[in-house]
Amino acid sequence: MTESKQKSDGEIIAAQGNLITVKFRGDIRQNEVAFIHSADKSLKGEVIEINGEEAKVQVFELTKGIKPGDKVSFDSDLLSVELGPGLLKTVYDGLQNPLEELAVQSGYFLPRGIYLPPLDRETKWDFTPLVKAGDEVEKAVTLGTVPEGTIEHKIMVPFNLFGRGEIVEIAPKGQYTVDREIAKIKDEKGDIHSVSMMQRWPAKFPISFGEKILPMDLLDTGCRIIDGPFPVTKGGTFCVPGPFGAGKTVLQQQLAKYAHAQVVIIVACGERAGEVVEVLREFPELTDPQSGKKLMERTCIICNTSSMPVAARESSIYIGVTIAEYYRQMGVDCLLLADSTSRWAQALREMSGRLEEIPGEEAFPAYLASRIAELYERAGVIVSKNGTGSLTICGTVSPAGGNFEEPVTQSTLAVVGCFLGLSRSRSDARRFPAIDPFISWSKYLDRLSFEGNEKEIHRIHMIKSAQATLQASNEIGKKMAVIGEEAMSLGDVTTFLKGEFYDAVFLQQNAFDEVDTATDKERQDEQIELVDMVMKREFVFSGNDEARRFFMDLTNAFIQWNYTSKNIEEYMERKKEIEGKIASH
Amino acid sequence: MFKRYNRIERIKGSIVQLMADDIFLGELASIKMRDGRSTLAEVISFSGERVNLQVFSGTKGISTGDEVRFLGRSMQVPFGESLLSRRFSGSGVAIDGGPDIMEESIEIGGPSFNPARRIIPHRMVKTNIPMIDMFNTLVSSQKIPIFSIAGEPYNELLARIAGQTDSDIIILGGCGLKFDDYEFFRRYFEKSGAIEKTIMFIHLASDPIVECMLVPDLALAVAEQFAIKDKSVLVLLTDMTAYADSLKEIAISMEMVPSNRGYPGSLYSDLAAKYEKAVDIEGSGSITILAVTTMPGDDVTHPVPDNTGYITEGQFYLHNGVIDPFGSLSRLKQLVMGKVTREDHSDLSNAMIRLYADAKKARDRESMGFRLSEWDKKLIAYADIFEEKMLTLDVNLDIVEQLDLGWKILSTCFESRETGLKNTWLDKYGQWPK
Repeated sequence: MTESKQKSDGEIIAAQGNLITVKFRGDIRQNEVAFIHSADKSLKGEVIEINGEEAKVQVFELTKGIKPGDKVSFDSDLLSVELGPGLLKTVYDGLQNPLEELAVQSGYFLPRGIYLPPLDRETKWDFTPLVKAGDEVEKAVTLGTVPEGTIEHKIMVPFNLFGRGEIVEIAPKGQYTVDREIAKIKDEKGDIHSVSMMQRWPAKFPISFGEKILPMDLLDTGCRIIDGPFPVTKGGTFCVPGPFGAGKTVLQQQLAKYAHAQVVIIVACGERAGEVVEVLREFPELTDPQSGKKLMERTCIICNTSSMPVAARESSIYIGVTIAEYYRQMGVDCLLLADSTSRWAQALREMSGRLEEIPGEEAFPAYLASRIAELYERAGVIVSKNGTGSLTICGTVSPAGGNFEEPVTQSTLAVVGCFLGLSRSRSDARRFPAIDPFISWSKYLDRLSFEGNEKEIHRIHMIKSAQATLQASNEIGKKMAVIGEEAMSLGDVTTFLKGEFYDAVFLQQNAFDEVDTATDKERQDEQIELVDMVMKREFVFSGNDEARRFFMDLTNAFIQWNYTSKNIEEYMERKKEIEGKIASH
Repeated sequence: MFKRYNRIERIKGSIVQLMADDIFLGELASIKMRDGRSTLAEVISFSGERVNLQVFSGTKGISTGDEVRFLGRSMQVPFGESLLSRRFSGSGVAIDGGPDIMEESIEIGGPSFNPARRIIPHRMVKTNIPMIDMFNTLVSSQKIPIFSIAGEPYNELLARIAGQTDSDIIILGGCGLKFDDYEFFRRYFEKSGAIEKTIMFIHLASDPIVECMLVPDLALAVAEQFAIKDKSVLVLLTDMTAYADSLKEIAISMEMVPSNRGYPGSLYSDLAAKYEKAVDIEGSGSITILAVTTMPGDDVTHPVPDNTGYITEGQFYLHNGVIDPFGSLSRLKQLVMGKVTREDHSDLSNAMIRLYADAKKARDRESMGFRLSEWDKKLIAYADIFEEKMLTLDVNLDIVEQLDLGWKILSTCFESRETGLKNTWLDKYGQWPK
């Protein structure tokens, strides 16, 4: 798109940490990208405050070496994301620099002031046109397709085309690089725009062209405690808060591997680099059970780990969500995993402190809650001519001291549809995933029980009754710890054991077992049917000991069944064995 | 030549302000005081010609008329083989009376390691202490804190590890050390011979607070250079809570808005920038970080241990003079247990801990006056031996000797089937009479 670009410039007059003040000439925009030319480097920054002829710029890199009087140039573009084929399989930093390429150029360490093109300019993609000259188009209409990884990547009319346009020229089927012109479009004014397979879009503006509808389809995650009592819909939002060591990252990695999404965007935001390395080394080897291709082919990683510049930590989440929305616009189901939104909030806090804004609770800026809400609102289901696409957002939260009363957790809970709270007591008891069934909730469960189909309503009914037993079991367990098992009635002990049984065989899942690590929907249905039989049955026992023995035996048999692949004969045998055991008492 | 200025306009906390031009962020300056002393200072911010300098040795005694000379370079630390066995202050100045280091200088607080170049760690770091090697194995590139309270022998533990490890180089970063502790380290290293491969960066509790803030950066910058040169480096930091307190003190004196119990909002990032220096470089050396974090009031939710816990890969708890076998966890141990070490390692250590946990319960029953079963008695006898031989920090055994000792203890206390271990291991490594 040819906007008239009047570039402005200026000089540095003050600096503190990564906040610099620039005296500028000409016009500049709020959130415009600026480059600071210091010694032989050009450092990227973003305008965050303008006052008279002075502008404050947050620099995305270490500012060591910056001098008064250093030249600053303004780019006239807002912080943008480059979109096009080649995003999948790539690892970016918080400014969309490809890290592999960077390592090839600069070695082990991340140099300052080097910005590489996010999309590879050499790779040729197989383009198949879907429109012809003379066709009338508008923004986000598909011009043609390119196979990329596990999906059919739709090349769309740039999102910044205003009004309607007409195709003047379209490239024939063939192989093209991302920066080569593939179409000419005439807009309403008669101006001709040259279009290639890539486009740029400002990261802080949502990509959402079409009708936004209420998310109704469940996202299968393979994790029973989520799919069962605390489900998430495609296009929904959920958060995973928990103290350190409770397994947030393991849970996110499980979701990245097994959730039924076509594209997964992982944003490693201010966490350990070691965790990203596991994904980087494992995903190219692991096979995606749905597409049969390598997991990496559906994955894009934005990685701004804890020791990388804090200012770019803020942008990393926006870059991730923009890429996800771009794929959603093609009618694809996307899952964005952000680990951790607390680190992102801390980046906001650091900058707010330097700007000397009046601090809110725990020194977080007053706009924390609205920023969090804005982010999660970018999730959703969009119906357009390209099909129905969804973006599900999952954010982990790392509350200080594991205390959920802090501002980031509370602001997040106010806007998400599902809350999976991890607890220390469950992880200490080695009950994994350590999602605490007594504090977690999902609003989607109720929505489905109103509007879902008959089968779904029946399933939800079974889960709710198991949850009720679990709740009762928990209460009895507390009482039992005080007055001893001998003083409890056999009925209470049986309810207690039923709850423990449901917890052990359904809610807990062994991530290290090849089969049990992810359970598909059909199998979960079979499991919950059996669990329901146990919950409903009036067992007859001679005493507590017999009840305990029975449930221990039943639990073991059930877990062995969970570990058994569906494809082998034992599967049905073990299931029958469990049914037999249930009927025996 | 160097720019000189003779007028300091404002002095507050550890900051002085003067009018100067042609300076840059991070530039070093030297302040020559009236009494002949001189100190280093760093440009931390400027506004027009008004320049703020953070004075490393504090502003005590600085006069408005003292001479300030800008050096045209940023903070550096000397680097080279000749650093080995030497001791330096938080300004990087030799404090052992030895000659100045004339080798190359390196910048501190350098750029971050490219995550795309990291590898999954796979090398064990030996400490010859069973509670680490056998039960919570340390892995090269791991960063792990020792959570402790004041009064626990954490410095003794660090010194012992330095004396017993197989790492090529040991770098000790001391923040807020008491003189006695400093002397203890020095003497221990000399006696154990570890001094030959040790470099010490020491900030004593009586030294200026800015130097405390610099110690971890100095230690890690030097460690990084050695790691690139194919050395396995073990960095020992003590005490990171003193380091965090120095950040707090400086942030408050600079009128920054505190976030939690007075600590600056950047505490997590500041700590992470240090710990993330831990790395295993493919085909070259590595940095492993073991850092003491004292918990004020034994409270793990205090901001310093809490933020640390989110950054590090597990933790050791030091309680009553021993590493607690239950709360302590090395998150990377499964990468080497039974893979790099002997095949029975993982199962044996799990079995021993499980039996010790049962023994603790038996002891509780004993102390409550319940009648003990034969099994309880066996367990209690086992716990006594376990504590004497395994739990103590006063040992120096190779991992293979530790595993053999483990089998020996089990065969003295239990029948083979009572251990719950696989028959394959029992036949191969068990020491029961056949």
